[in-house]
Amino acid sequence: MRRLGGFYLLAVAVAALPFIFPDNYFVTVVGVSAGLHAILAVSLNLLMGYAGQISLGHAAFFGMGAYTSAILTTRYGWNPWPTILVGLAFTGVIAYIVARPILKLKGHYLAMATLGLGIIVHIVIVQMGWLTGGPDGLGSIPTLSLFGWTVDTDLRWYAVIGTLLMLVIWLALNLIDSRSGRALRALHGSEVAAEMMGIDTAATKTGVFVLAALIASLAGSVFAHQQAFVSPGSFDFFFSIELVTMVVLGGMASTYGAVLGAIILTFLPELLVVFEDYEVMIFGAILMGMMIFLPQGLFIGFQDLLRKFTHRRAVTKKEESSHGVA
Amino acid sequence: MPSNALLQVTGLTAHYGPIQALHEIALEVNPGELVAMVGANGAGKTTLLHTLSNVHKATSGQVIFDGQEITRTAPHKIVQAGICHIPEGRQVFAPLSVEDNLLLGSFTQRKNKAWVAEETDRIYTLFPILKEKRRQAAGTLSGGQQQMLAMGRALLGRPKLLLLDEPSMGLAPLLVAEIFRVVRELNEKGVTILLVEQNAKAALGIADRGYVLETGRVVLSADADTLLADEAVQKAYLGH
Repeated sequence: MRRLGGFYLLAVAVAALPFIFPDNYFVTVVGVSAGLHAILAVSLNLLMGYAGQISLGHAAFFGMGAYTSAILTTRYGWNPWPTILVGLAFTGVIAYIVARPILKLKGHYLAMATLGLGIIVHIVIVQMGWLTGGPDGLGSIPTLSLFGWTVDTDLRWYAVIGTLLMLVIWLALNLIDSRSGRALRALHGSEVAAEMMGIDTAATKTGVFVLAALIASLAGSVFAHQQAFVSPGSFDFFFSIELVTMVVLGGMASTYGAVLGAIILTFLPELLVVFEDYEVMIFGAILMGMMIFLPQGLFIGFQDLLRKFTHRRAVTKKEESSHGVA
Repeated sequence: MPSNALLQVTGLTAHYGPIQALHEIALEVNPGELVAMVGANGAGKTTLLHTLSNVHKATSGQVIFDGQEITRTAPHKIVQAGICHIPEGRQVFAPLSVEDNLLLGSFTQRKNKAWVAEETDRIYTLFPILKEKRRQAAGTLSGGQQQMLAMGRALLGRPKLLLLDEPSMGLAPLLVAEIFRVVRELNEKGVTILLVEQNAKAALGIADRGYVLETGRVVLSADADTLLADEAVQKAYLGH
């Protein structure tokens, strides 16, 4: 694995923040939410950014994990840990079943199909009130605890979700650099050309779709235990769109970009609260501005700017030194 | 019909919707041969290769490769069986680095790590420019360099048969000569090649045998030299 520098830097930053800003609302409360969003964005980016398969229904898998944990703990009195595994198994099976037919579609049709999937799951959650609590949701979901260490403060949740985020990032970085990761990036360019390399494109697409769904399900379970309450509103169509926006804003096909996009889209509304009624307008304007000036996404856009800047400096230095020789 | 041919095609037809693109194609490629399939634009050359690789489905007919029928085998399994296809227009993976493109070529060779390392070195010796630019995005290479990359990438699939589609397309004459020299060299080193070309003179110039394809039909087949000397071929394709 090359270039893990960025990873260690991010890990240190995530670990250091609560010490630099102790008891800060933006770190331990908004930060936890940003962390969960980042996990989701990284998983969606594997599917969308790298493999080039758009999904407008990613919130569905997040919801499946969350509701599996919520239902099993509150209605059947399960311990939280096995519910996470059951959530993963359930989501994985559903994702696997829908993946093959759905991923035969391309472009707008794939967008429509995944959109449909997201809406169906949302409707099921709302309608199956006897199980899911319907529009009112489910409350009193127990928190996680391990060997007597109960995750019951904002700071502890920050630690759990921060660790999980770093694990998911590490997984994504390694996957992308592996043989399977190359296969993903190849089929993004041209499926026929990928087939000609001997890549089973249908199996590869199914694999990444299921993996992205599993990560979302894991995030969902953790979300349910952290919030202690779930309701259908957290898993609707708009949340799927928000996740897509995070990936696109940060920069498609960049894991760090997805993290950055998630952080910005989580913090921006919090910061814009001061504008009250104009919040949404300003939010929209900022998004438009970013996409106009940095169309490749923030992370890649900034990288390019930085490269240009350092390149210019290198060139001037060279010129200076050659003048020196002359 | 006993045959030692590496690739044996009989009665192969293919359609685009209602339009028939290939009519009862019959051809064979023997081990070690370099066979050229020449024909004008739209004759069905690319369709033929796509049908052999099964990225375009055959309507009827039979493709036998290395003693196995592969007419309806999934494309990625055909690659595993040993047919590597260098598509028209190169089709390198533009945003990926040259190195990643080559690694993708060795996708089916995951168990032969040592061989892949050796072959990669050989390819870098054959095309030094690829080594120099191995960290660059493949899309930044020139057309000729992309053709070299596409060939290197295909060789890393350890092909028993290489399908080469129009390697001269869009290249300057000097580069075309260079590419054809490399194709000849590969064949001399033992790679069996089916070359599809519009540039009949250059293709037949390096081939052992040739076929002439016209509107989806094989109309002539003979030794390359015979075809080059054939009056009809000269008139139609060589501009004499």
